[in-house]
Amino acid sequence: MSEQTKIIEDFANREYEHGFVTDVEQETFPPGLNEDVVRAISAKKNEPEWMTEWRLKAYRKWLEMTEPDWAKVDYPAIDYQEISYFAAPKKKIDSLDEVDPEILATYEKLGIPLDEQKLLANVAVDAVFDSVSVATTFKEKLGELGVIFCSFSDALQDHPELVKKYLGTVVPYTDNYFATLNSAVFSDGSFVYIPKGVRCPMELSTYFRINAENTGQFERTLIVADEGAYVSYLEGCTAPQRDENQLHAAVVELVALDDAEIKYSTVQNWYPGDKETGAGGIYNFVTKRGICGKRSKISWTQVETGSAITWKYPSVILKGDDSVGEFYSVALTSGRQQADTGSKMIHLGKNTSSTIISKGISAGKGQNTYRGQVKVTRKAENARNFSQCDSMLIGQDCGAHTFPYIEINNPTAQMEHEATTSKIGEDQIFYCNQRGIDTEDAVSMIVNGFCKEVFKELPMEFAVEAQKLLGVSLEGSVG
Amino acid sequence: MSQTATTAETFIDGLDAGIGSIEGESEAILALRLEASRSFAATGVPTPKQEEWRFTNLKALAATPHDLGGPATADISPWRLTDSHRLVFVNGRFADTLSQIGELPEGVTIGSLATALSAENERAVFALGKGVDLESHPFAALNTANFVDGAFIHLNRGAVVEKPIHLLFVSVGGDGPIWSAPRNVISADPTAQATIVEHYVGTGGETLTVPVTEFQLAPGANIKHVRLQEEGRETRHIALQTSRQGRDSRLESVALNVGAALSRTNIDAELGAPGAHASLDGLYLVEDAQHTDTQIKVRHAAPHCTSHELYKGILDGKSRAVFNGRIVVDPGAQKTDAIQSNRNLLLSAGALVNSNPQLEILADDVRCTHGSTVGRLDEEAIFYLRSRGIARSTAESLLTYAFAAEIVQEIPVAEIRERMERHLVERLPQGELAREAF
Repeated sequence: MSEQTKIIEDFANREYEHGFVTDVEQETFPPGLNEDVVRAISAKKNEPEWMTEWRLKAYRKWLEMTEPDWAKVDYPAIDYQEISYFAAPKKKIDSLDEVDPEILATYEKLGIPLDEQKLLANVAVDAVFDSVSVATTFKEKLGELGVIFCSFSDALQDHPELVKKYLGTVVPYTDNYFATLNSAVFSDGSFVYIPKGVRCPMELSTYFRINAENTGQFERTLIVADEGAYVSYLEGCTAPQRDENQLHAAVVELVALDDAEIKYSTVQNWYPGDKETGAGGIYNFVTKRGICGKRSKISWTQVETGSAITWKYPSVILKGDDSVGEFYSVALTSGRQQADTGSKMIHLGKNTSSTIISKGISAGKGQNTYRGQVKVTRKAENARNFSQCDSMLIGQDCGAHTFPYIEINNPTAQMEHEATTSKIGEDQIFYCNQRGIDTEDAVSMIVNGFCKEVFKELPMEFAVEAQKLLGVSLEGSVG
Repeated sequence: MSQTATTAETFIDGLDAGIGSIEGESEAILALRLEASRSFAATGVPTPKQEEWRFTNLKALAATPHDLGGPATADISPWRLTDSHRLVFVNGRFADTLSQIGELPEGVTIGSLATALSAENERAVFALGKGVDLESHPFAALNTANFVDGAFIHLNRGAVVEKPIHLLFVSVGGDGPIWSAPRNVISADPTAQATIVEHYVGTGGETLTVPVTEFQLAPGANIKHVRLQEEGRETRHIALQTSRQGRDSRLESVALNVGAALSRTNIDAELGAPGAHASLDGLYLVEDAQHTDTQIKVRHAAPHCTSHELYKGILDGKSRAVFNGRIVVDPGAQKTDAIQSNRNLLLSAGALVNSNPQLEILADDVRCTHGSTVGRLDEEAIFYLRSRGIARSTAESLLTYAFAAEIVQEIPVAEIRERMERHLVERLPQGELAREAF
């Protein structure tokens, strides 16, 4: 038992591996937020007039809003005037060869060497270094198929009509406090458009990295899959060690038109803060939402192991008949981390179905909350939902909470929600020991088994990264 | 904030005064009433903007001035149990002539709370309001400030009451809307046992009932409790039930909501010492435009406690049901075993269910599960019965009846069980057949 406890403690206490700062000269706005800053961000990116107006509308709306406090997370008040809203690497870069070697080295340390990936992984990477995309690969290859995969700023220059058509259609600029803030000041992000009937041949991927001190990162991602199209998109994050909290308020919008499918996977491993005091971690307040057309499918998969505070509810609006929404999540909180995460499934169309599988693991003094909503409206005939939220507790000081909201307005709906909370069973470990498996392997087997339903939804490369993130002590036994 | 304050005032206006009193009650009780009155004035009638009241709108109630119900008489024959210790309250006032306490075993006190308080019964004074969080429950605050009477039950160490204790609350409507605030205090000393029926009925008219019932179970006490709410369809019913349990005590409570246009039941159960067990089950049976709201909070404050919740609902017409169940496991409450389940059956297209089962767990060595389902009858089960020559309507009635039976069969008092069966039979097209078949 004591050995097991030690292993668990080691696991819970492991130091953040990716804590380093890359010194690149950055052009950064002084802290503060007002209409001029919004205009300046827009001007800097040479945005069309309507975009500037949209940002300003969002900013004015934001001024009227109050910060939500319903989530089960606890953090000191954020001073939005203390944050700098724009940071960009100074050097302009056209190709991968010109990328600052220091930035490349950063990625190297994170285990995502760009050029190696180019060769090996068949993955097109739109790497975001703080706020501006510094390198885009495989663009040409995708171009042949008509797939647009570029930074948000490029999309605004090259395909303004597409951006204008879809921006804000899923997450309007009035949506919520953090989404509205993002709408006003978003710096960059990714834009993906898959034309009709095209199956994107490779996994599209963006690695986000927060770097400049005091710079909130406001990413904006928009993915549109036209009729019959398919795309799988990967998002991975990791951030260097900092003493001051960093705010991250991203917005991700997914539009799946009729018969389209979007698979969106995330591995998030930002700096979780000092494990004793909780100081310095990332605040991750993200709005992610997708909308489904007829017979289309949106699938969210997330592995959340980082950030001091996670506030994130990837959602699907099942508007079209026969559409499908999925949410698979593993959230690990250790140290002083707090996660309030879950999913919303809004059934509007007929014969729509949704699945929610959420696995929460709390260790140390971590607080893990599942908060979700399943809503079946009056006209959503034959809607089907299955939700399962399991929590695992490791240690005496952690907490696991479950707050599902279920609203059913149609008698033909079939809705099931189940949740369990338990600790790693001593009898399970005993069973393994009995068969010659040592406690360390047993713990990692059990934790991985616990998460397996979610990991199997991840693309191969990502599954590997996710398993790495679940800790040193779990390596090796993950298959 | 000012808006809620105004609505509170409107509502209090109809109550003549913000505070009532009982002749001879102690200073301590008066102080509690003042505190409660202030608390209600501060919170006011809740609005859907408050998380706890998100799905239950009291706008119409807040806009309707209610007078405190005066003494009245009623014919209680439809609700009488053949063999029980009976206390009757009409509009929240003790009706001596209608009550029949009968012979009590030694060490058992059953009577009016007002009488107990004016006689400064130490136990009644001590127990009153101990488990009630006034801020979280504005209507309990309203009750505390204004209650006129209610039941007081005290069981001495080892006392056993064989016959059910029947607490019958009758709302008798008048010309205008009236309200009543029965307050019940039930305290059981170590190893005492009793079965208590808390029964709310009405004779018609627009009424509001705001009862508060407090249970205190000493170590080893064992209380069975049925709460049957079958008030008239013009009624609003907003109740709070609290329980605090000692070591190895056991509370088995079944809540049945059948009547009222709007019913809201808050249950706060605290398991405060090892080995305590609470079983909180319920059934809501609503149709037309009825609205029922159940909010349960079970707090495991000590290790080795168990709790069990099973709430079932059958909804027809345009009715709406809200279920908000929360299990809280305090730090250190290891070996907790808590189960919570909410199952809803929708019989019509207009019915709406909001089910929010919640877990809040701060200890690691626990087993907590919750589940929630919403759906209609299983087509395959109907097909199975039809393939054996049973008509569709009968098959549906049979399956619905069986769905409810799991709760109904738990009711510890036969006559109340039969009453519930009759309600079910009335609601189902082939109810009588289903009942016979069962």
